Amino acid sequence: MTTMQRSGWNEMATINRDLLAPLRHVGPTYLTVVCGLALIVVAGAATWVHQIETGIGQTNMHHPIFWSSYIASFVYWIGVSHSGTFISGVLRLTKAQWRRPVTRIAELMTIISVMIAALCVFFHLGRVWRWYYLLPYPSQRDIWPDFRSPLMWDATAIFTYATASTIYLYLPLIPDFALARDRVGGWRKPVYALLCLGWKGTQREWETLSTAIRIITPLIVMVMISVHSIVGWDFGMSLVPGWHTSIIAPYFVVGAVHSGLAMVAVGLYVVRRQGALDDYIRLEHFDKLGKLLVVTTLTLAYLYFADQLTVWYGKIPDEMAILHALVTGDYAVAFWSMILLIYVFPLALLTIPRFRTWPFGMMLLGIGINIGMYVERMLIIVPPLTHPRLTYVWSRYFPSWTELTILSGACALAVLLYLLASKFVPLISIWEEKEGRLHGSGG
Amino acid sequence: MSDSTSPQTPQWGMVVDLDRCTGCEACVVACHAENNIRISGEAEAAQGRAINWIRIERYWEGEYPNVSVKFMPVLCQHCANAPCEPVCPVYASYHTPDGLNAQVYNRCIGVRYCGNNCPYVARQFNWFDPHWDAPLQEQLNPDVTVRMNGIMEKCTFCVQRIRKTKEQAELDKRPVRDGEIQPACVQTCPTSALVFGNRRDPESQVSRMAKNDRGFKLLESLGTDPAVTYLKRLN
Repeated sequence: MTTMQRSGWNEMATINRDLLAPLRHVGPTYLTVVCGLALIVVAGAATWVHQIETGIGQTNMHHPIFWSSYIASFVYWIGVSHSGTFISGVLRLTKAQWRRPVTRIAELMTIISVMIAALCVFFHLGRVWRWYYLLPYPSQRDIWPDFRSPLMWDATAIFTYATASTIYLYLPLIPDFALARDRVGGWRKPVYALLCLGWKGTQREWETLSTAIRIITPLIVMVMISVHSIVGWDFGMSLVPGWHTSIIAPYFVVGAVHSGLAMVAVGLYVVRRQGALDDYIRLEHFDKLGKLLVVTTLTLAYLYFADQLTVWYGKIPDEMAILHALVTGDYAVAFWSMILLIYVFPLALLTIPRFRTWPFGMMLLGIGINIGMYVERMLIIVPPLTHPRLTYVWSRYFPSWTELTILSGACALAVLLYLLASKFVPLISIWEEKEGRLHGSGG
Repeated sequence: MSDSTSPQTPQWGMVVDLDRCTGCEACVVACHAENNIRISGEAEAAQGRAINWIRIERYWEGEYPNVSVKFMPVLCQHCANAPCEPVCPVYASYHTPDGLNAQVYNRCIGVRYCGNNCPYVARQFNWFDPHWDAPLQEQLNPDVTVRMNGIMEKCTFCVQRIRKTKEQAELDKRPVRDGEIQPACVQTCPTSALVFGNRRDPESQVSRMAKNDRGFKLLESLGTDPAVTYLKRLN
């Protein structure tokens, strides 16, 4: 055995130790944060129960604003869920070596946020206890769901995406579960033993795994693009001025990737900080992520500009009313904050090379972009609904305490699930990291 | 299904003569009473939660003091090409063979897409369970269901009256006579600004009035093909 190989194997042991460490230790800070989040989740759940018991009137929705913050949150969370697939799918397809420490963090984000997105749909339903009418089950009345409705395409897409991204998260986890089975004791050992499907690490198993990943990666990228297109079509297929635009599907896809990448920046910072994983999540990762964010910023800005320019040049009164409400009217403050947060700040800051290698700054910018994208989702939904064609019914809207509490609960649930998962799943793919060190071309 | 293609099936329609409408809102009240529409208090109304299946839209023209007020009763337009229908994921929004945009209350789960997609904003949502302060509950119409919270509802052209008259006519083995069916708003309009009947019968009063050169459809350019024709002298 040469010296180089020996040091390589020592490094493997270090990687095992470093990356399994977060699974073994539960500190007081962690417990405090978990308890705090759990309290917010309980508050949100209780408020939701109250809303179910008394009616959707607990929100500030009113005629003609039939959709609002719940649907905006749904769109937002679906957007965040695109981070995982984009980062890990697209980067895997392009064989980008820097993806290795990022994929798992992003894929886990995908699963959790797609679950939260689905939850937001349930918050929204008027009679949530009748949600199963959306399922194509055989009933004595022979009524199936109406597949002409974009909402049914949506339900189908979300279900497909949730299933596919669970498989996509799970496949690369199998070798890591096997490693955890051998090295982490306690109650988790039998669970890992079950989840790793008896993985032994034979050549045949590795080949099968890599084939499976090679098959599902392009598929999930296609599913990701179709899912957010369909979410966009919930709006684009309608007659509502401001929604009825053909650019809305690509715009939604890029917007989703934008908020997703920004969320990954936040996740990278937190995981790096908490796990002391500076050797794994390095400055170059923030740098590469920053460059990707510049691309999404510019693409999104271009699509948004194209959309609004068409409205402005066309001067159709129904559409102009909405543009005026955004630029100078009721929603001007929200609109201009959104422009700053998702276009101007990212572009100004991320084009400075030194900023991209400042993890804390990247985290702050990521939070900013996400706030901006959330506002953007609200601005897509609310102003068109408050300005219908018949001007007599024009109105205004701002979320109520019930909505804010329920949505904070959902947000807390997302973070809580992530924290809980971080004690069960290695947040950096251990075998892919090793593969990178041994065979990859750096990083 | 065969029923819808039969030339005998009436296609119900309405004519609203805006030159006759005084904006008295009698139709609004009659509609409330006939259709068990929930009563919203002052606070709910201020939040925009008052439910009306027919509303009188008011538009002011000119500068004070030379102001004129225009009234326009707006109800469900019972579009032949209704934007509310295909978007409902559970078939709660449904097109009847006689041309009504029906709402199946039991089926509705409250996604409210239909409400967004109605350009006339004619669809109403039950934000809370309905209640009627005593003694108003005594006058509930037994022919009409009471809708719970979480459900979309809307003008039905008083479908209970249509069905009742149609069944009586079938018993008598005769067609429904023109003017025999009167929705509550039509019945109560003091100036007869509202007229209801079979659009498919060229001799009916609605068909004859709809041919009037004052006639137009609301937001006609959207291609929804409404069953309601408005009459207005344009000058």
